[in-house]
Amino acid sequence: MLAVKADNLVKNYGKKASAVKALKGISFEVQPGELFGIIGPDGSGKTSLFRILTTLLLADEGTASVDGFDVVKDFKQIRERVGYMPGKFSLYPDLSVAENLEFFATIFDTSIEENYDLIRDIYVQIEPFRDRKAGKLSGGMKQKLALSCALIHRPSVLFLDEPTTGVDSVSRKEFWAMLKTLQTKGISILVSTPYMDEAAQCDKVALLQDGNVLTINTPAEIVKNFDGKIYGFRAANMLHLLNELKGLNEVQSAYPSGIYHNAVMAEDRLPSVLSKLKMDHPLDLEQVELTPTIEDCFMALMK
Amino acid sequence: MSNSAIISVNKLSKKFGDFTAVDEISFEVSKGEIFGFLGANGAGKTTAMRMLCGLSLPTSGEARVAGFDVYRQNEELKKNIGYMSQKFSLYDDLTIKENMRFYGGIYGCSDSFIKTKTGSILNQLHLEKDAGKLVGSLPLGWKQKLAFSVAIFHEPKIVFLDEPTGGVDPVTRREFWKMIYEAADSGITIFVTTHYMDEAEYCNRVSIMVDGRIDALDSPAALRREYNTASMDEVFLKLARKARRDDG
Repeated sequence: MLAVKADNLVKNYGKKASAVKALKGISFEVQPGELFGIIGPDGSGKTSLFRILTTLLLADEGTASVDGFDVVKDFKQIRERVGYMPGKFSLYPDLSVAENLEFFATIFDTSIEENYDLIRDIYVQIEPFRDRKAGKLSGGMKQKLALSCALIHRPSVLFLDEPTTGVDSVSRKEFWAMLKTLQTKGISILVSTPYMDEAAQCDKVALLQDGNVLTINTPAEIVKNFDGKIYGFRAANMLHLLNELKGLNEVQSAYPSGIYHNAVMAEDRLPSVLSKLKMDHPLDLEQVELTPTIEDCFMALMK
Repeated sequence: MSNSAIISVNKLSKKFGDFTAVDEISFEVSKGEIFGFLGANGAGKTTAMRMLCGLSLPTSGEARVAGFDVYRQNEELKKNIGYMSQKFSLYDDLTIKENMRFYGGIYGCSDSFIKTKTGSILNQLHLEKDAGKLVGSLPLGWKQKLAFSVAIFHEPKIVFLDEPTGGVDPVTRREFWKMIYEAADSGITIFVTTHYMDEAEYCNRVSIMVDGRIDALDSPAALRREYNTASMDEVFLKLARKARRDDG
């Protein structure tokens, strides 16, 4: 049985003529035990999708099921077996860390002791602050508490909506290590993120833009399917170099990408590009051949 | 402190009770520089930035920003800087043009200046046809670009950008950085925080804060050499993993 199945989901907000089309017919499947990433920027429809799958919002068209249960008919069964961590911190700020966890355990008719093994690795990091009010925790601590609360009833499918937005890169790496551990315990995970580097950590990803799925595949396949050649260029005046690269007809697209400006070419036109660039940057031009990343693929697909 | 420095900070500290949020930081930023101000959540970045913007008084130490003392001249200081906060701060229920009129007015720009400047920004962003649209109806990427243009509307000497690209799509993120390059090219000093380590590479120099102190400060290339790594991400990981204090 599939962990999640979405079939042609459509969601509009507002009156017909001026409606915002949040989802324009989205379909995908998540296998049991899979770590599935929904990768897309703000406004791409991620949150609407999560709210439909967790039975908090009704789709206008299409069907969806979680663990074989229909999101409309069987919403009660779904609510018992999914964990949901919304993008916005939604625990009780005026309850302590321990009280929040106890509250969620109680409403799901279980106890902290019963499922402690599942949350232990995460909870021990916040246990020293068990009596602190949740509203007074730092961002990283809130995130760990929210994950603990979403897990306390041992859900079979975990929905995490942008758990790492605004989080520094060290904490992001720690968070993803936690997700991998949860996966080994048999939990299926659907996670959304605007960070392209996190996509590489998923078993499979769906790239979302403006309510449409651009592609669904494993990160390795997405990178393999990249069409074209990428070279990185660097010079003393990077703004000047960028404008120049954008103006070359050999170059399909050029954009800053860390140390280098990436230039995408349909075919390898390096010698001709180099001869043009060297006129303006005779001494300081460096170039490297690059392997495309998920981010390069996403940018190519967005066009 | 050297003459070309537009920001000079000497042993600046901020304590909240017995907690030292910012612990004797010292650095200088030159005119026209793109300066990346990095650090893990809770390292003290926002507290330090608020002091430099004249929004919070230091506990001890010295700092001058755009020639103004952060203790005694913080009102003058505010007029000479631009600030773009993490949270979108334009008015959703005003149009693009009205927002510019409003912010220009707040900074005491003349009517003729506001008119000319509004025209040139709309032209630069290709938004001439959309000038009468409510800001709330724009996609996030456009809002961010507009917020940046408004933050430098009054042509400040320095602009402080607090995580300007969080959650933005990769294409818009690049367009945003092109605007930063162009502003720096026109002589505006850029002071920027980010969690995207590829963006650290776009800065002339970066500082990395750990537990309230500045643990590293140099050009991205020099830092990569010093820490013997291939990317700024790894430099950041090596430094930030040493952090001892809880990020609260």
